[in-house]
Amino acid sequence: METLLQVKNLKKYFHIKGERRGHNLLKAVDGVSLDIYKGETLGLVGESGSGKTTIGRTILRLYEPTAGQLIYGGKDITKAEFLPYRRKMQYIFQDPYASLDPRMTVGDIIGEPIDIHKLAKDKNDRRDRIFRLLDGVGLSAEHATRYPHEFSGGQRQRIGIARALAVEPEFIVCDEPVSALDVSIQAQIINMLEALQQEMGLTYLFIAHDLAVVKHISQRIGVMYLGKIVELNSKKELFLNPVHPYTKALLSAIPVFDPKVNRARKRIILQGEIPNPLDPPKGCVFSTRCAYAKDICHSQIPRLEQYEQGHYVACHFAREM
Amino acid sequence: MENKRLLDIKDLRVSFFTPGGEVKAVRGVSWSLDEGEAIGIVGESGSGKTVSVYSIMRLLQSPGKIIGGSIKFDGQEITALSEKEMREIRGNRIAMIFQDPMTSLNPVFTVGNQIREPLKLHLKMDSASANVRAIELLRTVGIPNPKRRVKQYPFEFSGGMRQRAMISMALGCEPKLLIADEPTTALDVTIQAQILEIMKELKQRRSMSIILITHDLGIVSDICDKIIIMYGGEIVEYGPIESLFEAPSHQYTLGLIGSLPKIDVTEKEVLTPIEGTPVDLMHPPAGCPFAPRCSETMKICLTEKPPYYEIGEGHYSACWLHHKESGKEEN
Repeated sequence: METLLQVKNLKKYFHIKGERRGHNLLKAVDGVSLDIYKGETLGLVGESGSGKTTIGRTILRLYEPTAGQLIYGGKDITKAEFLPYRRKMQYIFQDPYASLDPRMTVGDIIGEPIDIHKLAKDKNDRRDRIFRLLDGVGLSAEHATRYPHEFSGGQRQRIGIARALAVEPEFIVCDEPVSALDVSIQAQIINMLEALQQEMGLTYLFIAHDLAVVKHISQRIGVMYLGKIVELNSKKELFLNPVHPYTKALLSAIPVFDPKVNRARKRIILQGEIPNPLDPPKGCVFSTRCAYAKDICHSQIPRLEQYEQGHYVACHFAREM
Repeated sequence: MENKRLLDIKDLRVSFFTPGGEVKAVRGVSWSLDEGEAIGIVGESGSGKTVSVYSIMRLLQSPGKIIGGSIKFDGQEITALSEKEMREIRGNRIAMIFQDPMTSLNPVFTVGNQIREPLKLHLKMDSASANVRAIELLRTVGIPNPKRRVKQYPFEFSGGMRQRAMISMALGCEPKLLIADEPTTALDVTIQAQILEIMKELKQRRSMSIILITHDLGIVSDICDKIIIMYGGEIVEYGPIESLFEAPSHQYTLGLIGSLPKIDVTEKEVLTPIEGTPVDLMHPPAGCPFAPRCSETMKICLTEKPPYYEIGEGHYSACWLHHKESGKEEN
C-alpha cells in the first residue's frame, strides 16, 4: 500500500498562561507516529483531551508542530510553504454552526477556496464549479445565494464538505463531522462521505469519540490517550482482539444494541478520570487507571511497538495481556 | 410480579404559543411507569421527549403550556397542583438531572451548599447533619476525597464529577422518581459507564423509578425495562425492551435503527438514513406524523391517525401496516 502521509514523532505543546512554572506546558500531542495510506480511512478515537483534534490540526499546519516531521507524498512539509499543500489537504470541522462565516453567502463560502487557489478560468467557470459542488453534496444551485443561518445542521455540514471539496483535495481530516447531528442525519452524512471517497479516491483521517461511527467508516483505527497513541490496528482486529488495557476498557464501556448481550457481559469500569494533561503521570500515561500497572509502568514510558503485522501497542506488558 | 403504579400520563398535550403560531410539541401522549421500573424515551431533537418530562416536573416556561391531559404521580394529579404544592414534590419525591452539568449547577455556591439545600428544605435537617449527609452522598456516587470536595465550587470539578455531584444532589431526599435528561451525552464513554453503573445500582437497591431521555439506543438497552419511541410529538412505538429490540416494528423505529452504526456488527454494514426532514410542529400532518418520510406510506397514512396495535405482549406500534387489511390495499 502506498503511504500518502507519514507522521513522525509529532509533538504539539501549548504554553498555558497563569499556571505554575513547570506546570504550564500542555503536551497535547506527545510523540505520535502514524502512516496514512492512500485511499484509506484511518480512524482516531479517544476521550476529550486525548489530543485527537490537535493531531488533525497540526497535520494541516493549522497549528505549527513543536517537533517531529510531516511527510506528504514523499516530501517534507513540516516547514514548507503550505499554500500549495492546502489544495491537497482539507479539513471538515465539527461544529457546522461555528465553521461557516454567517455574513457570506453559501456560494461565496464555497467559492473562496476556488478564488484563493485560482482554480476558475472565469466567472462562469466559478459559478459552474459551485453549482456542481452543491449538487455533489445533495444541495441545489438555488442554495448558493442563501446564508448559513437559513440551513439546518445537516445541510450546513454539507456546505462545509462542499467547501473542502472545492479545491479537489486528495486528503481530508474529518474532525467529528457528525457528532452535532441527529442520528438519521448522521447516517446521510456518513453515507455521503463514503460515496465521495469512492468517487474521488479520497483519503480520510476520521476523528471521533463515537466508536460505532469510527468503526463503521474506518479501515484502521488508532486509540489515543493523553496525547499518545496506545494502540493501532485494523478495525476488525482491534475489535476482536484488543490488547492495551485502555482499549479493552473503552470497548467494554460502550453499551451495545442487544439488551441480552448488555446484561450478560462483564464491564470493565475504569476508576477515576483522565489525568490533568498539565501534570501527566510519569511513565505510562494510563498507569494511574490501569488495573495491571506494575512498578515499571509508573517510571518508564512504553513505546508504541509492533505486536503483530500491522498491529501496534504501547504497553510494557502487551505480551501478557 | 405486579408493582405499584407510580406515574400515569394520559393524553398529555403541550403547546408553545409563539408569535409565529402554536407549536404543538406534544400531541396526545399516554404512558405509565411502575415503582422500581426504568423507562427510556428515545427520539430526535423536536420529538417532544424533553417537553414531556418537563411537564411532569411542571418546569415548562412561557410560552409553553400544558393544554390537555392528565399526569398522575403517586395518585396525585400534578397538573392541578399549585406552584407551592409542586415545590414540595420537586427535588423531594421527583428529582431531575440535566444534560449539561456545568450550566445546571450554580457557579457561585459550593457544591456542598447545593447538595445541602434540598436536605434542609425538604427533610428539615440542620446544617451540620446536612453536611454529614452531603459528604456521604458524594461518596455514594464515587467522588474521591468527599470531605474536601464538598467545600469546592463547580468549576473545580471535571465534567464527570459535576454530573456525579448533580446525581448526589438529586438523590439527597431519596426520590421515588429520577428523571435523567441525556445524563451522559456530554461525557466520555468510560465516564458514561461509571454514571450508568451508579444509576443501575440505585434502581436495584432503592427500587427507584427512572425516566431516561436519550438518543442512544444502546444506553436504553443497557438499563431500561421499557422504551418509548417518540416522533413529531407522538409516541409511535412502545413496549418492553426485549420485545422492542428483538422485533422493532414501526417504520420510524426501523429507520432509526437502520441509520445507526452498531458496535457489535462485524460484517460491513450499510446505513440506510431516513430521507427528508423532521415534522413541522406548527403544521403537523393530519395522519401519521412519520408518513411524509416513510417508504411504505399508503393513502390512509396521510389522512388518518393510526391506532396502537398490540404486536407483542405490552408492545404497541401506531402504524397502519399492522392493520389486517393493509396488505390487500392497493397503492
